[in-house]
Amino acid sequence: MESPLAIDVQGLTKRFGDRTVVNDISLQVRTGEIYGFLGPNGSGKTTFIRMLCGLLRADAGSGTCLGFDVITASEEIKRQAGYMTQRFSFYEDLSIRENLDFVARIYGVLDRRHAVDQSLERLGLTQRSRQLAGQLSGGWKQRLALAACLIHRPRLLLLDEPTAGVDPQARRDFWEQIHQLAADGLTVLITTHYMDEAERCHRLGYIAYGRLLARGTVTEVIASAGLTTWSVAGPRLPALAVQLRVTPGVQHAVAFGNTLHVSSDDAPALAAAIQPWRTPEYQWSEVKTSLEDVFIHLMSRAPDNFATP
Amino acid sequence: MSTPRFSQSLQRFWALVVKEFTQMRRDRLTFAMMIGVPLMQLMLFGFAINSDPKHLPTAVVLADHGPQVRTLLKAIENSGYFTFVGEVRDGREATDLLNRGGAQFVLHIPEDFSRRLQRGESPSVLLEADATDPAATGNALGALRTLMVTALGADARGPLAGLAPAAPVIDLRVHPAFNPEAVTQYNIVPGLMGVVLTMTMVMITSLAITRERERGTMENLLSMPTRPIEVMLGKIVPYILVGYVQVTLILLAARLVFHVPIVGNIFLLFALTSIFIAANLSVGITFSTIAANQLQAVQMSFFFFLPSLLLSGFMFPFRGMPPWAQVLGEVFPLTHFLRIVRGIMLKGNTVHEAFPHAWPIAVFTVLVLAVGAKRYRQTLD
Ligand SMILES: Nc1ncnc2c1ncn2[C@@H]1O[C@H](COP(=O)(O)OP(=O)(O)O)[C@@H](O)[C@H]1O
Ligand SMILES: [Mg+2]
Repeated sequence: MESPLAIDVQGLTKRFGDRTVVNDISLQVRTGEIYGFLGPNGSGKTTFIRMLCGLLRADAGSGTCLGFDVITASEEIKRQAGYMTQRFSFYEDLSIRENLDFVARIYGVLDRRHAVDQSLERLGLTQRSRQLAGQLSGGWKQRLALAACLIHRPRLLLLDEPTAGVDPQARRDFWEQIHQLAADGLTVLITTHYMDEAERCHRLGYIAYGRLLARGTVTEVIASAGLTTWSVAGPRLPALAVQLRVTPGVQHAVAFGNTLHVSSDDAPALAAAIQPWRTPEYQWSEVKTSLEDVFIHLMSRAPDNFATP
Repeated sequence: MSTPRFSQSLQRFWALVVKEFTQMRRDRLTFAMMIGVPLMQLMLFGFAINSDPKHLPTAVVLADHGPQVRTLLKAIENSGYFTFVGEVRDGREATDLLNRGGAQFVLHIPEDFSRRLQRGESPSVLLEADATDPAATGNALGALRTLMVTALGADARGPLAGLAPAAPVIDLRVHPAFNPEAVTQYNIVPGLMGVVLTMTMVMITSLAITRERERGTMENLLSMPTRPIEVMLGKIVPYILVGYVQVTLILLAARLVFHVPIVGNIFLLFALTSIFIAANLSVGITFSTIAANQLQAVQMSFFFFLPSLLLSGFMFPFRGMPPWAQVLGEVFPLTHFLRIVRGIMLKGNTVHEAFPHAWPIAVFTVLVLAVGAKRYRQTLD
């Protein structure tokens, strides 16, 4: 029987020296789900993924990945998962075909030639299969890496910032494909910095300073923050933002295009705080809190365990 | 280990071998180094061996201009080894010329040369030689010694005619400057085999894993179900082949170009070479688990290569080294391999005689590999 949970880990912790980079993270990802992993740079996303597929040893914690123990059965996990690294890590001095062929050999893919041909065709790279991978542009490298990760038909895909530096059209195609794969039963754990991509995930986790601060669907994450957000338009917004930030009762004042988002988890206090600026000069309206507001909120309240000595 | 598991492991190993070969083929510089280094070294060192250099510049200090002297000089020049580049006035000028490298030899003919010859006494001539490179002057000297017996045969009159031909007519005094010892020439080509293998094998494998780390491909490799032993062997095996190509190249050249005798069993040599190749590859692999980047790997390789070269007996006669250097030299595989190669090729050694030199290499390999395996990290920690 297929376990309903593709990833089920408790208390995963990783320290480098005396810095706790991943701190007591528990995470459950259902089979066939696209799980988004968000967080600022250096928050421990890559480290967490590396622990899942046995590239790093966890200092504490336990759990399973595809039903295999993450601590003791990493070889089985590696066999059935595909990991796309943050940095392109295929061989730049091998051609596209040779790279795919190498990966297929390593995994012992049956009917390798056919699998590689098919993969090339899906990529639209049949014509350029002899080109060296190092000569590809960023977008094409990303496609090649994804194709290589999929060639052994993994049950779990771990994608580490796969769309960083990729143009919008390629990103859209990419997500199209991810959703298709998920519909076929593949589980995907993906890290990203893009809010629009976060909203394409079935569920999210937000990590900062190694701690998982929020999780759930987009709606759940927004609701759990309990934020009230006001949008204000008018003249000299940057100056207004500076003033608002030091006003008690206002937790954040962040520019959003031509408006300023002002938010707090204490609605009455916020309403009182902005009262002095509710002049005809400014147009105020209460808006739905966005995911970005929530992340900014979470980020600012997270204890910075690296800053203190 | 069940059979399907083993065959999967074999499959992964093979994937790595194929990949490594493809990369090797594409990496022109490394490829050139692997084939080019032995060829280049053979040319450079081989030249000294094959060297039977002729027309060596020779100056003369003539205190006697008699007809016999002219006959002698003619005969000397006819031998082909000497070309007279001029006459110098005295010994000081001669030494000067040698120091400047203006001549390889200076021949001194004393003023009583003709007189003593006519009196039936053995006149003496002095040959000053720049023997910095004994190999370069050896044959010329040999030729000159013969000449001294025969050159004046036609000119010998009177009392001389009765002399036994075996007795040296002219007393040749050779004064070799700079390097009084000679090197055995055949030593070099067999030794070169060990030197080339040490240099290329260590450096290439030390780069192999370091490069994966530096380029970030190691993360990918580790995320796939590959085991350390598969990766290490996948990197070692292609280079064993390369090593054998180098060995074959050098042996062919030794035999066909430089006519070095191969007295012993060539298959024994090939078999024992594998231990030596393995020793160097394990040094390289171990370096690559320690080095943080490729530059460090190259530096480590040189750090290993130089003492190997200097203390093994390739550059300087092993027995001539101070005791502490000999003890240190015994550590290096090259030291023992040189004894094996020279033993088999030149002395016709058998397994029996070669074994005492083979096991130290094997012990070295095991120790180094143990360090390497301890250092090889299967994770990125
Ligand atoms: N091998 C390592 N040794 C020491 N520190 C590391 C190592 N890998 C990552 N870190 C540190 O751990 C923190 C988290 O890194 P990472 O997991 O890459 O974050 P993210 O992927 O979220 O940007 C960073 O501060 C990084 O410098
Ligand atoms: Mg990262």
